[in-house]
Amino acid sequence: MFKSKTTKIAGVLLLSASMLLSACGKDKETSGSAKNALEQIKANGKIVIGVKYDTRLFGLKNPSSGEVEGFDIDISKELAKDIVGDEKKVEFKEVTSKTRIPMLNNGDIDAIVATMTISEERKKEVDFSDVYFDAGQSLLVKKGSSIKGLEDLKKGTKVLAVKGSTSAINIREKAPETTVLEFENYTEAFTALKSGQGDALTTDDSILYGMVDQDANYELVGGTFTEEPYGIAVKKGNKELVDAINSALKKMKDNGKYDEIHKKWIKSN
Amino acid sequence: MIDFSILIDNLDTYLEGFKNTILASIIALIGSFIIGVIVAVMRISPIKPLNWIGSVYVEFIRNIPLLIITFFFYIGLPSIGVTLTGFVAGTIALAIYTASFIAEAIRAGIQAVPKGQMEAARSSGLTYLQAMWTIILPQAIKIVIPPIGNQFINLVKNSAILGMVAGLDLMYFGDLVSSHTFVTFDVYIFVALFYLVLTIPLSLGVGYLEKRLARSH
Repeated sequence: MFKSKTTKIAGVLLLSASMLLSACGKDKETSGSAKNALEQIKANGKIVIGVKYDTRLFGLKNPSSGEVEGFDIDISKELAKDIVGDEKKVEFKEVTSKTRIPMLNNGDIDAIVATMTISEERKKEVDFSDVYFDAGQSLLVKKGSSIKGLEDLKKGTKVLAVKGSTSAINIREKAPETTVLEFENYTEAFTALKSGQGDALTTDDSILYGMVDQDANYELVGGTFTEEPYGIAVKKGNKELVDAINSALKKMKDNGKYDEIHKKWIKSN
Repeated sequence: MIDFSILIDNLDTYLEGFKNTILASIIALIGSFIIGVIVAVMRISPIKPLNWIGSVYVEFIRNIPLLIITFFFYIGLPSIGVTLTGFVAGTIALAIYTASFIAEAIRAGIQAVPKGQMEAARSSGLTYLQAMWTIILPQAIKIVIPPIGNQFINLVKNSAILGMVAGLDLMYFGDLVSSHTFVTFDVYIFVALFYLVLTIPLSLGVGYLEKRLARSH
């Protein structure tokens, strides 16, 4: 008696809770506005951009000033200058590789400028701008490590990566025998590498250079083994916004601003 | 509605995580109970230094976030040459953390046993430990089953901490599935369902024991 009643109640509660939850998840997606995203941004007078807060050289929160700084940040400011008319009319929100697509689809952010590789898989979910940065996946190891490249990632070695990144998927294909451990963000993955929890850390060389910049006891080995063209992502079906971003990118490249930003953050390899 | 193909396509991944979550929970459950009993007995022991150690343990551990204890074992210990995997580090942290709450529950239970019981046991020739083990603890256990049951349910849910240190548990694989399929919501609903498969029977079991023991009183 007691048992069957409780299970029934539990069952009903569970079902209704999951239906309710999945209903609100879908609601936001379908509530497309009459205005397109570009008009909406102009009407709001600001663009909300999702950037990394933990990635040296690209998007890193400076604890003393409280500002995020990096290549992605400067590119975002240029976008705001071109689209909204003022480089200060940009609001940054922190995203991780894991949260950026859901946040974009929920309408929390207008665009993602967060070291995001253009891939066929992701093109099904979001629309990408032209390539704004060329990176390639590489390996970071402690200086003097026996690992010199992909071919040394044999059985029993551990490679650290970040959840939701393409590099985690790539490394499983390129070095199928190695064990891949995935972490929340680059800081945690790098901390785990420093604690000896893995033999190598893999992600785009651009991000790895940021780690070397922070701790010179580590080095990149084996060159790059993938091409990772970074793109700016917007919600699917927003052609006007993609066009506006592409034209802003083109302007930056033409007037030398892009080279200036590139030089400021990325030291020549 | 929920997209069940996510569950079906990734069933192996979910089950791998589920298996490790069960394993970590069982080990931490046994470990936390043993440590909890020892610390509780120390806390109420008449020997002052033991008493002191027990109190420091409880006040220290239960007032630190579980995440920090886990990071200590995962990335702190390697600096003194001890490298633990995420699974081991997470499970130890879980046991140590939960033990502080269990110790408090048991201490309260022991102190709820009338003082006369201990005095009678001691005066009939039992040592302190004998009296504790054969007279006081069996009575106290009945009183503390509901609060300990709650701690065990918390423990199962807290085992999601393993996902933060690549501990290969349900949460870890849930994160991976969500990041590879780009479906966040449905993936975590299934993760929640797997946790419920563990916690609801625990919950009902505790309720049942509580009723039975109440009757036997």
